[in-house]
Amino acid sequence: MQPTLFGTLQWTVSSLTRYIREALESDAQLQDVWVRGEVSNLSRPPSGHLYFTLKDSGASLRCVVWRSGVSKLGAELHDGLAVAAHGRIGVYEGGGQYQLYTDGVHAAGEGELYQEFLRRKSALEAEGLFAAERKRQLPGLPRRIGIVTSPTGAALQDVLNTLGRRMPMLEANIAPSQVQGTEAPAQLIRALERLNRSTPPPDVILLVRGGGSIEDLWAFNDEGLVRAVVKSAVPVVAGVGHETDFTLVDFAADVRAPTPTAAAEVATPTTLDQMVGAAEDSRLRLESAIMELMGGLGSMVTGAAQTLQFRSPASRIRNDLQRVDESGRRIESAARQWVKLRAEALDGWGRRLEALSPLSVLGRGYAVVTRQEDGAIVRKVAQAQDRISVRVSDGSFEAEVGGERA
Amino acid sequence: MAKKSASRSVDELDYEAAFRELQEVVASLEGEPESLEEAMALFERGQALVKRCTQLLEKAELKVKQLSTAGEAPPGEE
Repeated sequence: MQPTLFGTLQWTVSSLTRYIREALESDAQLQDVWVRGEVSNLSRPPSGHLYFTLKDSGASLRCVVWRSGVSKLGAELHDGLAVAAHGRIGVYEGGGQYQLYTDGVHAAGEGELYQEFLRRKSALEAEGLFAAERKRQLPGLPRRIGIVTSPTGAALQDVLNTLGRRMPMLEANIAPSQVQGTEAPAQLIRALERLNRSTPPPDVILLVRGGGSIEDLWAFNDEGLVRAVVKSAVPVVAGVGHETDFTLVDFAADVRAPTPTAAAEVATPTTLDQMVGAAEDSRLRLESAIMELMGGLGSMVTGAAQTLQFRSPASRIRNDLQRVDESGRRIESAARQWVKLRAEALDGWGRRLEALSPLSVLGRGYAVVTRQEDGAIVRKVAQAQDRISVRVSDGSFEAEVGGERA
Repeated sequence: MAKKSASRSVDELDYEAAFRELQEVVASLEGEPESLEEAMALFERGQALVKRCTQLLEKAELKVKQLSTAGEAPPGEE
């Protein structure tokens, strides 16, 4: 500032403007504001920046959006639109203009909707409708899944693809409904009720729709729908919008999923792969069990044969005895070997099955010894009587037992 | 238990029934059956059940049905 001839200080235009600018821009309250008004004089010159005026009945405010911020604005602007704009107050010195440097806008209706959402949420929450105790467990292996959604939307395709990939061994029942607009809440409620009433009813219901604005998803904040979800006898999984979208049915449902695909995943905790694994495990146990038994039986027959002496045709019988003995030992080690090699695939198990079959064991020299009198199988020495039948792989012969039984 | 259900043909069993019976058969076989005959019977039944389970898993295809809107009450009347 220059002193004047008369002694009072005088500003220049620049210095005064600079002073005003600093005064406004150093006020923290003016650096982060939301302001409500109506859009007018919208213009977008070649520079790419966006200019408009926000006004109400008493005043107007010039606003500017830098080119880089236009796509991130959050709403499409047009003259007459009621909005809330966010930004900071600055001064454009060259034009002697204060203005709002705007970085975000949303249509005024959205703000009101959100308030309504909060109001309903606390009212319904106070009734206990969202309480954790109400939430039910989902079945581990559903046989039938109900889906409430638009029949033409991408959400349905995502859900069906996910179900088909994870657990195709089930039936999907679709109850179609509009998912936005004034008709939507009533249709959604009816669809939920129809699934609950169907015979047989599904084991779990997915309530899904794709992403959208708060207006698009508004049907899922309908109080009647919330009550229908809570009342549903079948557990409900809600998968509405994107991860960050929350609607009232999300709070009312037994499980909330962030997206339709996630809802389908949550509803199928047991996958086909897991079931194939479980069947394979059972098969391995089955085969191990029979091998154990064969090993055990082998030693019993070997032991019994060793303590019996057969009469003529002695030489032939002694040969047989010897074969039983050796076979018994061979069987046991083969069994152990076989168990070691057990890491094979399903392919060829039919051939292995044959090798395991108790009947083919006879081909390896086992004999089944029975008493002639009553046909009972001889397992222990004490069971042996004088007259026995010996069954080998291709037939049987009779024998008399003589000599020591120890 | 496994002996009683052996009267039902394996091909009539759905997946849960087949798998459940398979578990029972394996348990019986692991628990030392009384006779060679019983062991053989259990083993063969078990093989049939494994085959049935595998078949059902391989053939599994998502069945999709859309409930019709026919006979719907007009809005506001339900």
